[in-house]
Amino acid sequence: MSKIVYRKSRALTAAPLTYCPGCTHGIIHKLVAEALEEFGIERAIGVASVGCSVFSYNFFNCDMQQAAHGRACAVATGIKRVRPEAIVFTYQGDGDLASIGIAETIHAANRGENITVVFVNNAIYGMTGGQMAPTTLIGQKTTTSPFGRNEIDHGLPIKIAEIFAQIPKAAYIARVSVYNPPTVRTAKAAVKKALTYQTEKKGFTLIEFLSSCPINWGMTPIAALKWIEEKMTEYYPLGVFKDIGDYHD
Amino acid sequence: MAKMLMKGNEAIAVAALKGGCEAFFGYPITPQNEIPEYLARYMIPAGKIFVQAESEIASINMVYGAAGAGVRVMTSSSSPGIALMQEGISYLAGAELPCVIVNVMRGGPGLGGIQPSQADYHQITRGGGNGDYQVIAYAPENLQETVQIVTEAFDVADCYRNPVMIAVDGLIGQMMESVDPDIEITKRELPPKDWATTGNSTGETRRIINSLYLDPKDLEKHNLKLKDKYQRIIDNEQRYQLIMSDDAEILIVAYGTMARICRSALELLREEGIKAGIVRPISLWPFPLKAFEDFSPTIKGILCAELSTGQMLDDVKIAVCGRYPIRFFGRTGGMIPEPEEIVHAVKQFLGEVSHE
Repeated sequence: MSKIVYRKSRALTAAPLTYCPGCTHGIIHKLVAEALEEFGIERAIGVASVGCSVFSYNFFNCDMQQAAHGRACAVATGIKRVRPEAIVFTYQGDGDLASIGIAETIHAANRGENITVVFVNNAIYGMTGGQMAPTTLIGQKTTTSPFGRNEIDHGLPIKIAEIFAQIPKAAYIARVSVYNPPTVRTAKAAVKKALTYQTEKKGFTLIEFLSSCPINWGMTPIAALKWIEEKMTEYYPLGVFKDIGDYHD
Repeated sequence: MAKMLMKGNEAIAVAALKGGCEAFFGYPITPQNEIPEYLARYMIPAGKIFVQAESEIASINMVYGAAGAGVRVMTSSSSPGIALMQEGISYLAGAELPCVIVNVMRGGPGLGGIQPSQADYHQITRGGGNGDYQVIAYAPENLQETVQIVTEAFDVADCYRNPVMIAVDGLIGQMMESVDPDIEITKRELPPKDWATTGNSTGETRRIINSLYLDPKDLEKHNLKLKDKYQRIIDNEQRYQLIMSDDAEILIVAYGTMARICRSALELLREEGIKAGIVRPISLWPFPLKAFEDFSPTIKGILCAELSTGQMLDDVKIAVCGRYPIRFFGRTGGMIPEPEEIVHAVKQFLGEVSHE
């Protein structure tokens, strides 16, 4: 008799993903879905954002709302306040969260909204064709920084995990990646911890994923993973930046 | 309940609670601050949701989330704040989410001023946001009518799955009048909220709140479905009042505070034997075209009066469709006319049309 050793998470629908070949959004979807499944996917309400993950409402197998660009954390606040028993999560890219939506995100954190933010940082605007993001690395060429991002004109890339770790009502802030099996395992544990804290009403939780964009970076998928490991983690170190543990005021 | 002396903004808040408002999200702006202040005092102890957001943009998106989760929700603001909300209002209309938005209008453009104005007419009825959509909008003229309309607004929103805006100006928000908040409202058959994301379904029964249709065939179908809904609203929800219009030679079209001033002007005109009347739109959208269908044969002209430089004037022209001469009277920037100014405008107009 055969034994099932692996199956696709029931928290993902049968819809084919719309992401480009080699993009790590798919792995992140899988990790989030597997973690949600452990808490009961039918309890979850997700918020899709604008960007590459705009169609995530087609992929997560739970109630979903599609938010305006940058406003996912405000939408999630509205949902969570009126449905406090639901597990509420947002899934946002770096243009959505770190640029147009940073005010909504910081204030949701500052209020200590019991929501979990999945923040996918691929250092570029993917959906619109590879423009510079607030997270684009110094020297990185994009369609709107064709000579490479420079500090004088564009400032330095914004470090979301470090910024949010300073917010008192943030309960768990971690930066993870998915460029090899060990980082995938660490990332899944981080998502589970964030969701656990949400169910314990400990406050705002955010997981920043360093993710690849082979198409707009102009790299093969393997070279893109290597670029995350060597270049992105150098500027954006992986780790837990805030963990209130058992403490809560 | 007996009649009480209330401030307009507080009457709006009382009516919202009576209408079943379960959640409020808002951001301070003059001249509507008594609405969130009152609601904070009463909603929080009652276990309802009150959140002061970081901006009007956040407020309207919190409204989106809560409305999508199936509860009766409201926000309030004033003209520049409503301008900031327009993106969210477009999303609410696109995703067909019911909510109530109170706009206590002040002068513009830009930061403008804080005195009463009706210069948001275009913003309200033409859609400040993108796309083919409409917001149901009411403009009451006194506090009793405001209470009636705010209380009913939640049913109207749920009935059509559409945002409803209450457009009063700063004068109605700030003035005091006696109000009986214990009113009866028209019973409507409300559809079940079987579309709301409540966090207890997966698979085939899961629910999605969305306004994205990348395939143009799908988006056109969606927009035509919305158009059908808007047509039902146009057919069923036009509200207006005709005042002394039966024998009128000049009809004044005015709403809200301007309609109140025109009532005073009407008394003065009638004392002098001048036959004027008033068409008072109560619904700004749908605009009450029905009020313009069967005019008295005595009509010689239409005077549109607004606290703006002429915005509703466009709809009046559409409604009149060239049948009568039209003149405009307006004060703007927060200036409120004396009734005598309207009397003068009517007399001048009557003189012109009598010589034509």
